[in-house]
Amino acid sequence: MSSKKVVLRFGADIADQPIIYKLVKDYDLVINILKANVNPQKEGTLVMDITGVNTEQGIEYLRRLGVRVQSLTEEIIQNEEKCVSCGACTDICPTGALYMERPDMVVRFNSDRCVVCHLCVKACPMKAMEVRF
Amino acid sequence: MAVEKTFQEINERIKKGQAVVVTAEELVNMVKEKGVTRVTSEVDVVTTGTFGPMCSSGAFLSLGHSKPRIKMNKVWLNDVPAYSGIAAVDAFIGATEVPEDDPLNSVHPGEFRYGGGHVIQDLVARKKVLLKATGYGTDCYPRREIETEITIDDINEAILFNPRNAYQNYNCAVNLSTRTIYTYLGMLKANLANAHYSTSGQLSPLLKDPMFKTIGVGTRIFLGGGIGYVVWNGTQHFPGVNQDDNGQSYGHAGATLSVLGDLKQMSPRWLVGTSMLGYGATLTVGIGIPIPLLNEEICRYAAAGDDELYAPIMDYSDAFPNLNSSNLGYVSYAELKSGKITVNGKEVPTAPVSSYPRAREIAGTLKQWIQKGDFLLGEPVQLLPNADAGIKVNTLKG
Repeated sequence: MSSKKVVLRFGADIADQPIIYKLVKDYDLVINILKANVNPQKEGTLVMDITGVNTEQGIEYLRRLGVRVQSLTEEIIQNEEKCVSCGACTDICPTGALYMERPDMVVRFNSDRCVVCHLCVKACPMKAMEVRF
Repeated sequence: MAVEKTFQEINERIKKGQAVVVTAEELVNMVKEKGVTRVTSEVDVVTTGTFGPMCSSGAFLSLGHSKPRIKMNKVWLNDVPAYSGIAAVDAFIGATEVPEDDPLNSVHPGEFRYGGGHVIQDLVARKKVLLKATGYGTDCYPRREIETEITIDDINEAILFNPRNAYQNYNCAVNLSTRTIYTYLGMLKANLANAHYSTSGQLSPLLKDPMFKTIGVGTRIFLGGGIGYVVWNGTQHFPGVNQDDNGQSYGHAGATLSVLGDLKQMSPRWLVGTSMLGYGATLTVGIGIPIPLLNEEICRYAAAGDDELYAPIMDYSDAFPNLNSSNLGYVSYAELKSGKITVNGKEVPTAPVSSYPRAREIAGTLKQWIQKGDFLLGEPVQLLPNADAGIKVNTLKG
């Protein structure tokens, strides 16, 4: 079953409600929260991965509540021409998407594990990690 | 009888295509299997390599005269200032120089996306670079400004001259504070959450000839993808031995090299403009040095493996910036390369900032050059000061 990455934006009026719980319980969806943030105005942003046969119904439920739903089209790529396999990104990456293949010490990137946090984009000394829309 | 070879004998074998050349990585295993005596008699040259950020790098550019002539007083290359207090149309572009309008760390951590190291990479990649210069006008150099595009082929000379490269050994950097810090060894997370190191360990040139038995002024090397030379010891050349508080020795450290070569024959694969978040711009340099196995002592040093080479663990939140030399112990390159070490009882993930695969490629390339007879060893006219020289570190007052 394929999964879908979405960005959810919650207004302050609903940021305190157990919406994700409803998606799991009522729509039987598998939710993997990749990134979550509530700003000082109490508005929330959530990046998550949804898997399940009722994904579209779940998203429709979110929209009815006033949640803005965008599919996540931004992705991170490893520019292999620029990457020199120094490795400085590998312990910065929070999900292990960037890792060293031992014993050769070559830097590999597994985009399935990437949560688009952008830490590698900043930390890469060669600017080899790029954002693609 | 103990084996003794000379540079001349080895060079004769190289010319005839008979020299036996192995990389330092190959040597480690060979000596484990066959022993020092046999390997010293069988192998002529060991090749080493390192590919990491080396700030003290730069290039002398002799730009050529314009019509009418200008005495360049200020020079910029792609808006990065170059030092022009040399001669009328000569300039030195330093790897860590940044454009005058760079925000630096005003919004911390700054990105330092383009600097002198990037200019050098663009030049060696044969890209067009914008040259701007101003002069004050003299009787023989009347012109006061020029703005033109150059490529490395348009200018008269381009000489890579790096006053301090190829550090013998380096710290393993950690952060004991409660905030992320941004260092020349990369991003170090708070509360001892990661550790960064920067040499290629068992492939590192100066860890393989730690007492400078073969490397000196005139040693011919792989530099930036071309051929270069060791021209002096590097600045901050403090060749000593690391010891812990109990006097236990952890190997040689602190030596550096001054290197030079023709930038026009080098390659952007081996001179890479580098941006260290929150720290600055620099240049990642590829250097490979051949070590002739003149005798068993030299072979024994060159055969040291990652499990026999150690780096001091240093806190970069306090000890390093405050010039406090106390460290958190020593860790072997074998442990560092395994991906985790233990510091203060905590398991800490490790990552390098120098590239091991590229270091291996350099050692392999140099091996091929020598095997093909294209690259003869340069016999030093003077060896460099080693740990016995008793060099002391001076620090500034004030």
